[in-house]
Amino acid sequence: MAEPFLSIQHVRKSFGATTVVEDFNLDVAPGEFVSFLGPSGCGKTTVLRMVAGFEEPSAGKIVVGGKDITRLKPNQRNIGMVFQAYALFPNLTVGQNIAFGLKVAGMPKADADRRVAEMLDMIKLPQMADRYPYQLSGGQQQRIALARAIAPKPKLLLLDEPLSALDAKVRVSLREEIRSIQKKLGITTIFVTHDQEEALSISDRIAVMYGGKAEQVGTPFEIYNRPATKFVANFVGTLNVLEGKVTDAASGKVQVNSQEVSLKGKLNGSKSGDTLSLALRPEAISLARQPGHDTSLSGEIAEVHFLGSVIRVRVGIGGNSVSLDTFNNSATPPPAVGDKADISFSSGDMLVLH
Amino acid sequence: MKAGKFWAWAVFILGAAYFFIPLIATVEFSLRMRRGVYSFDAYKVVLGDSQFQATFIFSVVVAIFTILLGVLIVVPTAYWIRLRLPQLRPVVEFITLLPLVIPAIVIVFGYIRMYGSNSPLPFLGSNLGANALLVIGYAALALPYMYRAVDTGLRTIDVRTLTEAAQILGAGWGTIITRVILPNVLIAVLSGAFLTFAIVIGEFTMASLLNRPAFGPYLQNLVANRAYEPAALSIIAFAITWGCMSLIQILSRFAPKSANRPN
Repeated sequence: MAEPFLSIQHVRKSFGATTVVEDFNLDVAPGEFVSFLGPSGCGKTTVLRMVAGFEEPSAGKIVVGGKDITRLKPNQRNIGMVFQAYALFPNLTVGQNIAFGLKVAGMPKADADRRVAEMLDMIKLPQMADRYPYQLSGGQQQRIALARAIAPKPKLLLLDEPLSALDAKVRVSLREEIRSIQKKLGITTIFVTHDQEEALSISDRIAVMYGGKAEQVGTPFEIYNRPATKFVANFVGTLNVLEGKVTDAASGKVQVNSQEVSLKGKLNGSKSGDTLSLALRPEAISLARQPGHDTSLSGEIAEVHFLGSVIRVRVGIGGNSVSLDTFNNSATPPPAVGDKADISFSSGDMLVLH
Repeated sequence: MKAGKFWAWAVFILGAAYFFIPLIATVEFSLRMRRGVYSFDAYKVVLGDSQFQATFIFSVVVAIFTILLGVLIVVPTAYWIRLRLPQLRPVVEFITLLPLVIPAIVIVFGYIRMYGSNSPLPFLGSNLGANALLVIGYAALALPYMYRAVDTGLRTIDVRTLTEAAQILGAGWGTIITRVILPNVLIAVLSGAFLTFAIVIGEFTMASLLNRPAFGPYLQNLVANRAYEPAALSIIAFAITWGCMSLIQILSRFAPKSANRPN
């Protein structure tokens, strides 16, 4: 990575005896869009609030543009932030809300008015300057909040679950709009979310957080396809987890319910007799043998759910069970519960969880 | 008419009668100064009395200073309690309720002992000092009303997020309080202010024992020595109070509407 623009170094945060963030490290490149993804209480918002200056780290430091900002007050940091609850000032019009930061910075009125008009054009709400926040929809309010955050040209943009309060359709369109504005302005951005689809669809990189730590930092492709930990594998996407026993560590042989699977080169550090958790994404599995699939396991159909275009099938393999989706084919009826079934997959798609 | 509705109306009419009959009787009595006919003579006498004007203006000025002092103390306190010290809220609420529990006469005797002309802080040694003490005393008396009004106003807005949004946009505490918090609780502050005004205008104990030329003691003096004028004065005082209440209602229409609770 080039010289990082934002560097979070060994940051820890405790509230009394409870540690909510532990040794958090992250470097963010200039113009990069990084998402903090994790369940409630994982510490993602606390890290964001420490970057904003609303919480002071118990240890570690935060550097932006080469300058240590760890002890600076929020109003001295030149950072833009969008809140989950919009946080528009109810007593001010849209135009006055956007101009708030500019006025505080002492920008002349004519320049501030020009900048407000520019921002309203950018978010495609040019006629809204004289409206009050209560006259706008949730999506419009959040776009105004984005314009207000960007207006003073901050060094860094922080988005704290900005889409959580919106309905599904607006959420999708607004996240695309946020990403396109971010790319256009080239502003370094941190986006906090608990929605994996949001994080996967708009981020350059994702930091998956759990228990106050970054479990894995990587591109959406890496996070989804090569999860580094069991938590990441489980949290991001749907995952089938099978218990296996190493029978021959040297040649990578693992037994799943007395059936052999070859995992060459994936058993680093394991020895014969060890029990392993093996993971497979549903889309990597086929019912019956497919070209390119080098491994198969035999089982019995345990559940069949007809969902229209897709049929969701659960196959029991001894004590394990595997879910997979197949497309509906009008010429072939779905399998029946109790039928014998072979599933196949490429051993390369099987993940060993540590 | 259903039985429930009948009793509801019956109770309402009884309550209204209990409230309005003495009021109507007072109005009627205040108009009987001239023998045989109704007239506004009693009102003319009262309003034309230089004592009335002087004491009323004195009380209005004291009320304005009391409101300013109350706002200066209560708004930052209630804001800070909501923002940073919510665990102290019950303690502060208890303190603000004390003036309702401790009679004004106890407070004023305390003041006389503490701030008498022989004390280290001789507020009562000069007129200005005594007036200042009166304002401080009234601010304490109005504390339950002012604190509750402001706190209720703060409850309708997301104090923490709005503060943080203003902070991250570069605002300091002064800007946050004057441009974000105060405008959003202005109607609540005005409600508190009018309640304070109503209390100060009619207050007797403190003004009398501190020997201040206020409206309350003037009213009492008039009641003791005249017949029709006190009735007229009561109606005037009543109109002032109701005027204040109406102003609160009118101003509340101009309150900034919360984005999350449009109405």
